[in-house]
Amino acid sequence: MKIHEYQAKAILARHGVPVPHGEVASHASEVGEIARRLGGAVVVVKAQIHAGGRGKGGGVKLARSADEAVQIAGAMIGMTLVTHQTGPEGRIVRRVLIEEGLQMQRELYLSLVLDRRSGKPVMMASAAGGMDIEEVAAKTPEKIVRVYIDPGVGIVPFEARQLGFGIGLDGPQVNKFVKVASALYEAFVATDASLVEINPLVVTQAGDLLALDAKMTFDDNALYRHTDLRDLRDLDEEDPLEIEASKFNLNYIHLDGNIGCMVNGAGLAMATMDIIKLAGGEPANFLDVGGGANAEQIRSAFKILMSDKNVKAVLINIFGGILRCDVLAQGVIAAVQELGVPVPIVIRMEGTNVDEGKRLLHESGMNFTTADAMDEAATEVVRLAGEP
Amino acid sequence: MSVLIDKSTRLIVQGLTGREGTFHAKQAAAYGTTVVGGVTPGKGGTVHEGWPIFDTVQDAVKQAGANASVIFVPPPFAADAIMESADAGLALVVCITEGIPTFDMMRVMTFLKERPATRLVGPNCPGLISPGKAKAGIIPGNICKEGRIGIVSKSGTLTYEAIHQLTRLGMGQTTCIGIGGDPLIGTSHIDALKLFAADPDTDAVVMIGEIGGSAEEDAAAWITANFRKPVVGFIAGQTAPPGRRMGHAGAIIAGGKGTAAEKMAALTAAGVKVVKSPADIGKAIKEVL
Repeated sequence: MKIHEYQAKAILARHGVPVPHGEVASHASEVGEIARRLGGAVVVVKAQIHAGGRGKGGGVKLARSADEAVQIAGAMIGMTLVTHQTGPEGRIVRRVLIEEGLQMQRELYLSLVLDRRSGKPVMMASAAGGMDIEEVAAKTPEKIVRVYIDPGVGIVPFEARQLGFGIGLDGPQVNKFVKVASALYEAFVATDASLVEINPLVVTQAGDLLALDAKMTFDDNALYRHTDLRDLRDLDEEDPLEIEASKFNLNYIHLDGNIGCMVNGAGLAMATMDIIKLAGGEPANFLDVGGGANAEQIRSAFKILMSDKNVKAVLINIFGGILRCDVLAQGVIAAVQELGVPVPIVIRMEGTNVDEGKRLLHESGMNFTTADAMDEAATEVVRLAGEP
Repeated sequence: MSVLIDKSTRLIVQGLTGREGTFHAKQAAAYGTTVVGGVTPGKGGTVHEGWPIFDTVQDAVKQAGANASVIFVPPPFAADAIMESADAGLALVVCITEGIPTFDMMRVMTFLKERPATRLVGPNCPGLISPGKAKAGIIPGNICKEGRIGIVSKSGTLTYEAIHQLTRLGMGQTTCIGIGGDPLIGTSHIDALKLFAADPDTDAVVMIGEIGGSAEEDAAAWITANFRKPVVGFIAGQTAPPGRRMGHAGAIIAGGKGTAAEKMAALTAAGVKVVKSPADIGKAIKEVL
């Protein structure tokens, strides 16, 4: 689960990471008061969306007076912000963060993420802050220093010092850096985060370290033990069809093609998308109905597939292990009868009770196309989707 | 022969008294697996569906001679269950549970390092089966056939697909291992390949990967240096968009890394016969033999 910058900063501040003074606003009318409270020569107005690259897209602006801040916020709230991470459709800005302007000396990078190979959290720091870290990693990997943290021990000060000296901080700055790194690790563990990133971590003219930006992503599997974090979810930032699917325990991801897919199992669902593409078609979605899908879930899955107006044909690919093919067939027949699915349906099933499942489909009198092999099914559904 | 699980396996089911635990314990026993009991803390001394229930894994080892466990407990308790079995010295622990928090698994991985006698398979996996001998997990026995092909896969139903294709073409399997699609797993592709390398009855291996992480690239490097049997590879997610988690927690292309293209190229360079279409896995094995 992703959260907004202002929410991440509040969490980090609670754990002792220094952040700039700032307040969030959802109406321009609140902004003048906030800017005056912050004082100073300039304030920064930052669009709050779940995507990076906001600066280049016009989502971060400086204001030299409270009036200018109001003006900028007024234009920003409600605008569709397009960045390299939002896709061409962009995101609507619903809130802005107003922060004090800072005099900066240096911009650094600091993050924590799981390293799969070692099975440990890795803390990464770089002197090349404020840039896209993936670009830094690709072009100048030597500028990134890492420490792998023993999850049973937590971060030890010497590890943080290695990072601090490694990115060229001086003695007094390293002491401050150790505090920031320890606080960041504490926040990471306390929230079951899968990513915490401060980019940039700035060194001010006064020599203080502050998190100028912050990004946090939480482990969905751990949200059951963090009710407070669940409240931070912003449904406006998610695809409405994906939200609907999640209510029925369906794993759905909306894509751009015209062939709807319904599959059991994540690997087989990905492989089904792949084989559609190989047959010359474009999948409209990824949809995993899970290992033990029931009739109700199949009905919901059809509803979601059909609310995507691009879908011209549907491919159902089920390997019945636990899920029996006859149960699946009954579910499909009931759903199609009830919902009146207007597009061709190709069904490929294999596994437990497959013959009984096929018999039910044929005897339903409905216009299903059945296939025995995956490639045959893909070719057929691509052909049907291409028909006018 | 086979790897990890066979007629000498004495299996306990952690979570046997739950709905899924009961169902799959019966399936495993019906397949011929020696299921010696279940562990449900607080229900020790009772009998469930004819099996003795123990309070602790240690009791199951002492009283029933258990040497392997399969875990069907809910995610908040699964890490605990894995560590209990490892501490009791079981040689094989298979965790089917999906949705274990990553931090819990980090602790498990550290805990397991000090208990090298235990091999964990999973979590979030379908388990494993040695056709004609025994199974631990949820792979349907009826699609398998005894034979000489090993399978290692991150996926569940896609593994069944591969097994089915092989069986249909008359090629049976030594052991099929579903290693799971989570970011942290007990048995990697390389671990499974090492086992198949040492098994004289495994002639060739099907290796199924997914986008995300670098386990397939690591396996490719290991194959180049060490593995002499033919391998057929397939990577799911060739058309997956970057930055989106495709079902499995580990299946995500992050920062331009973990793409199917990179993995397929690495495996091809290692001499693996990589198929683009999941429908071609069985045929490809026939060709490399």
